[in-house]
Amino acid sequence: MALLEIKNLHASVAGREILRGIDLVMEAGEVHAIMGPNGSGKSTLAQVLAGRDTYEVTEGEILYDGKNLLELDPEERAREGVFMAFQYPVEIPGISNSYFLRAALNAVRKHRGLEELDAMDFLALAREKLKLLDMDPTFLNRAVNVGFSGGEKKRNEILQMAVLEPRLAILDETDSGLDIDALKIVANGVNAMRAPERAILVVTHYQRLLNYIVPDRVHVLAGGRIVRSGDARLAEELELSGYASLEAEVAA
Amino acid sequence: MKQLEEIRSEAARSFAERGFPTPRQEEWRFTNVAPLAKLNFAPAEEAARGLDEELRAELARLGWGGLRLVFVDGRFAPELSTAKWPRGVTAGPLSGANGTAARHLARYAPYQEHAFVAWNTASFRDGAFVEVAAGTVLEEPVELVYLSTRAGVPVVSHPRSLVVAGRASQLTLIEVYAGRGTDYLSNAVTEIVAAEGAVVDHYKLELEDTGAFHVGTVQVQAARDVNLSTCAISLGGKLVRNEVNSVLQQGASATLNGLYVVSGTQHIDNRTVVDHAEPNGTSFELYKGILDDRASGVFNGKIVVRQPAQKTDAKQTNKNLLLSKEAVINTKPELRIFADDVRCTHGATIGQIDREAIFYLTSRGIGERQARELLTLAFARDILDRVRLEPLRAWLDARLWEKFHDRAG
Repeated sequence: MALLEIKNLHASVAGREILRGIDLVMEAGEVHAIMGPNGSGKSTLAQVLAGRDTYEVTEGEILYDGKNLLELDPEERAREGVFMAFQYPVEIPGISNSYFLRAALNAVRKHRGLEELDAMDFLALAREKLKLLDMDPTFLNRAVNVGFSGGEKKRNEILQMAVLEPRLAILDETDSGLDIDALKIVANGVNAMRAPERAILVVTHYQRLLNYIVPDRVHVLAGGRIVRSGDARLAEELELSGYASLEAEVAA
Repeated sequence: MKQLEEIRSEAARSFAERGFPTPRQEEWRFTNVAPLAKLNFAPAEEAARGLDEELRAELARLGWGGLRLVFVDGRFAPELSTAKWPRGVTAGPLSGANGTAARHLARYAPYQEHAFVAWNTASFRDGAFVEVAAGTVLEEPVELVYLSTRAGVPVVSHPRSLVVAGRASQLTLIEVYAGRGTDYLSNAVTEIVAAEGAVVDHYKLELEDTGAFHVGTVQVQAARDVNLSTCAISLGGKLVRNEVNSVLQQGASATLNGLYVVSGTQHIDNRTVVDHAEPNGTSFELYKGILDDRASGVFNGKIVVRQPAQKTDAKQTNKNLLLSKEAVINTKPELRIFADDVRCTHGATIGQIDREAIFYLTSRGIGERQARELLTLAFARDILDRVRLEPLRAWLDARLWEKFHDRAG
């Protein structure tokens, strides 16, 4: 059974249809990339998977591990192992990163029937994950994303992913705005998470990230549909030809 | 110098002439005390029944490792109070106080202009007196606890406190108001006199029963180079008015913090006046409010910068979080600036819980209810962070967490 199966997914926001029939199958252990021009629906797809309620699914279904994902609230999805790294991580003054991460981890652990971690055990775990992302331990004491640089915010997303160990991770343009050093750190963090039981969906506008996270499959999204799928070479091809030719193809 | 008795009879006349304020008076525009004014209050001292189990338990929860004076229904309770005070500190009931008390008592709080202050000044039977000698650094906080017991009829007590901090002394002071019952009124007046260079860290915890009225004025006289911080936490009461007035002399600095958390049909009114009387003073003010259900709130922050008070630096901020559509807040800054070389800023915000933040937290597995609790507590966080007394900060954190947890349920 596929870990994720999206069938004929249509979604709209404020009455405007953005996704117009997406079909996608991901097996555990795979890394897929979704590429496409601005406005093609990439981020919408990521948000719909995470359960944001501003998007209305009008048709189609999403099966995650055989379950109807669309029936689950965002927190239920997260506890079942779905994780989305935000394109624009939210700043939350007044809540420390460590408190937030521990609350999230314990919610997930509780759901999985595992014992909740106390502050000490959590700290030990978090420090290990921080090393992976070349992050300073003081990150934990700072308020969630408040005053973080763009790169720090993205690393913080990957840190959350590393702590929560999801089965399906969706990276929503995690590479945008990163300099090459930050990009490599983020890519290393993601690569360290590749595992036979986990699927990773990388949503990106640029091929650059895929030099460091080599996907098993690449899908090109345009006009709310997947217009082409292929292996990693498709990304390179796109880098040369650009999205313009594709959009012309869709319009035709 | 006027005798105290003379002041008290003037106060009685003032109260008799003025009567209770009405919303026609600008300072009372958003707070109507009619529900209180129509009650016929008996003096609490006479209706008092002593502490019941519930209040005993509450009293046991209040305490931050400090020295304390406890009053029950306006009467001093020596069996609940600290008997032996450290060197350099004189403390006890006003009824047995010394000459310093007589020199200062009722000299600062504005009984000529303020009906409730006049009423208290005319009517208080006892109260707390604390004097910290010059140069004394008192490590333990001093807790002044005023409890009201369940009386069965409307009763009023007039808690009165006088705190004198000597030259270059240091003091942490916690006023606590708590009680059980409906239609009781605590009408409190506190005068704090801080001599040159004193450091005063003051907290007022208003934890009255949600059936109670509380009206209180804290009047602070801050001499040259005094470092004053006050923090007014209001959680209880059905109709509450808190005033914190401070007069700052040369180079004095004041930090005024406040947090009010109300729900149901509670009404809370915070009024502060910072009077920069002399040059080089600073005041930094942050009041935050969390209002749920049909609760209502008022924030009125007045900053006066008198003509000699050049180089004053004053900043005032009021932020409010409304958890329901019916909750109301009226926020009103008031600046009176007579000096020309000053910096004065003010700002107010009113907002709701950020939906983006809720989605962010829930997308990580945190339940929506817990996410709301976390974000509500987070809103109060910067006030809690400013509470310097660690045991009190932890206590407040737990108390608020409990409160939001109950609310969200």
